[in-house]
Amino acid sequence: MTTASSPPTIVVNGLRKSFAKHVVLDGIDLNVQAGTIFSLLGPNGSGKTTTVRILSTLIPADGGEVIIAGHDLKTDPDGVRRSIAVTGQFSAVDKLLTGRENLLLMARMNRLPKPEIRSRADELLERFDLVDAADKYAVTYSGGMKRRLDLAMSLVGRPGIIFLDEPTTGLDPRSRRTLWEIVRELAADGMTIFLTTQLLEEADQLADQIAVLNHGKLVAEGTPDQLKSMILGGHITLRFADQQQLDAAAAAVADGTPDTEKLSLQVPSDGRVEELRSLLDRLSGLSITVDKLAIHTPDLDDVFFALTGTEVPQQPDEDARHSGVAPENATAGK
Amino acid sequence: MSALNYAFTDVRTQTGRVLKHTARNPSTLIMTILLPLIVLLLFNYGFGGALNTHGVKYIDYVVPGIILMGAGYSASATATAVNSDMSEGIIDRFRTMAVHRSSVLSGHVIGSTLRTFTGIALVVVIALPIGFRPTSNPLRWLAAVGIILLMLYAVAWLSAAIGLGAPNASGAASTASLLSMLPFLSGAFVPTSTMPGWLQAFTSNQPMTHIEDTLRGLMMDTPVGDHAWISLVWLAGIALVGYLWSRSLFNKKTAA
Repeated sequence: MTTASSPPTIVVNGLRKSFAKHVVLDGIDLNVQAGTIFSLLGPNGSGKTTTVRILSTLIPADGGEVIIAGHDLKTDPDGVRRSIAVTGQFSAVDKLLTGRENLLLMARMNRLPKPEIRSRADELLERFDLVDAADKYAVTYSGGMKRRLDLAMSLVGRPGIIFLDEPTTGLDPRSRRTLWEIVRELAADGMTIFLTTQLLEEADQLADQIAVLNHGKLVAEGTPDQLKSMILGGHITLRFADQQQLDAAAAAVADGTPDTEKLSLQVPSDGRVEELRSLLDRLSGLSITVDKLAIHTPDLDDVFFALTGTEVPQQPDEDARHSGVAPENATAGK
Repeated sequence: MSALNYAFTDVRTQTGRVLKHTARNPSTLIMTILLPLIVLLLFNYGFGGALNTHGVKYIDYVVPGIILMGAGYSASATATAVNSDMSEGIIDRFRTMAVHRSSVLSGHVIGSTLRTFTGIALVVVIALPIGFRPTSNPLRWLAAVGIILLMLYAVAWLSAAIGLGAPNASGAASTASLLSMLPFLSGAFVPTSTMPGWLQAFTSNQPMTHIEDTLRGLMMDTPVGDHAWISLVWLAGIALVGYLWSRSLFNKKTAA
């Protein structure tokens, strides 16, 4: 399913959306290939959630074209709905039902054939490690369990495309890893995954293709490696015991940048071992002793900084969405 | 299966969900089942002796009023439930699925109607051993049941709209609870003729007064006069307004 010739499952052209005078999406184009993990990466307020809300038929766009699984969003929203499932930022599980009842509810609403309803619920409870909690009310579940149940509910109807809107927001690192594993398994099963995140590591870990969204505009698109190669952030830092050694090394390595305070020399590098070895051999031949060595490969933080000139907020603001009450500017989106 | 079949199945599934909630949520049970019973006992034994109802035994006078109270209390429970489904993203979840569009709201409305009707039936049954003596025939009883169901249905649609429109659960509950104040400003507990003239202008003409006069007439086998059709017009109007308002909010608003 991941061959380059297969038609993209999600095609977005010139998508626009404003709330009052605030422009949230300023003409974005997206192409998501079938069976891949696509990540829309951006900080809070960049327009990620608004994009998901539009693509999942919750709110109308102001302009632009969207085709999902061959269905035009404007003229055939029910066709789109039959092809997708959505798991949002906070778990939309019915807290007064048990885990099993939530899945049975979804099976019925998805109009599964009667004999299949119970077996589908059992299958998903098993798969998402919820068998022991199956008959407990969802209100008693931990955050990670709720999120797994939420995702299981989205999968009941076997959608071809799933939207995951910041699926690991508010989860502890272990639950986050578990969820990543699940997402990888879904992709391996051939599902198309549209994932939004503000965590660079998450996009890096999961996505085949990343689009970086900032203030409603796409600022970059590519594979994680392509994005990383877009900037020249990679370098080696060599530390020396004294000024004399540093000066000798700085004279020997033409493109190095010495730092006399830290007694270090920064040399541009793409991290290849060959290159590193020849550099060290050369210094060693000149009887220069390298005290310590550090390799810095560019990560998505560097990419984001290079593209937008701003740091990525590392601590998402989670207060509003976990209070159980809709934020004041509920319709303004993210 | 036809579209109608799908709609029916979806609404039945959602109604089942709401009824499960009822059984598991003590505050809903207290609001819609226990509270009307307490009000019945309170008015009958507490205030009833001091109230003049023109020769009618007070328990016979007050039961229709308690039925209206029950409808009013159910409004808060329904509005709160709809609001929490909205804020918790449940409504959004169903909106992204190819299901019968408003089945989640219809489920709340029908669930609320059935739940409150059970509470009301219980009030009538408990009222019998403490002196309630309805003298009507089965046909009139059937008409009374019909009016009660229509009233609960209309109130439920109005409450659903309040629940969708409110910013949070407590806002939904307090707005909807205004509906449970209306019986006090009607002939539910005392005849409106005992109230000052300026108040009578409201109390004699508001829909609750017409509904309880209709119910009283139907249950006690006395003439209902114009009250019956005036009630029907009011209730059909409230149901329609509640439905259209809910539908418009349902299509416009999304969760956080």
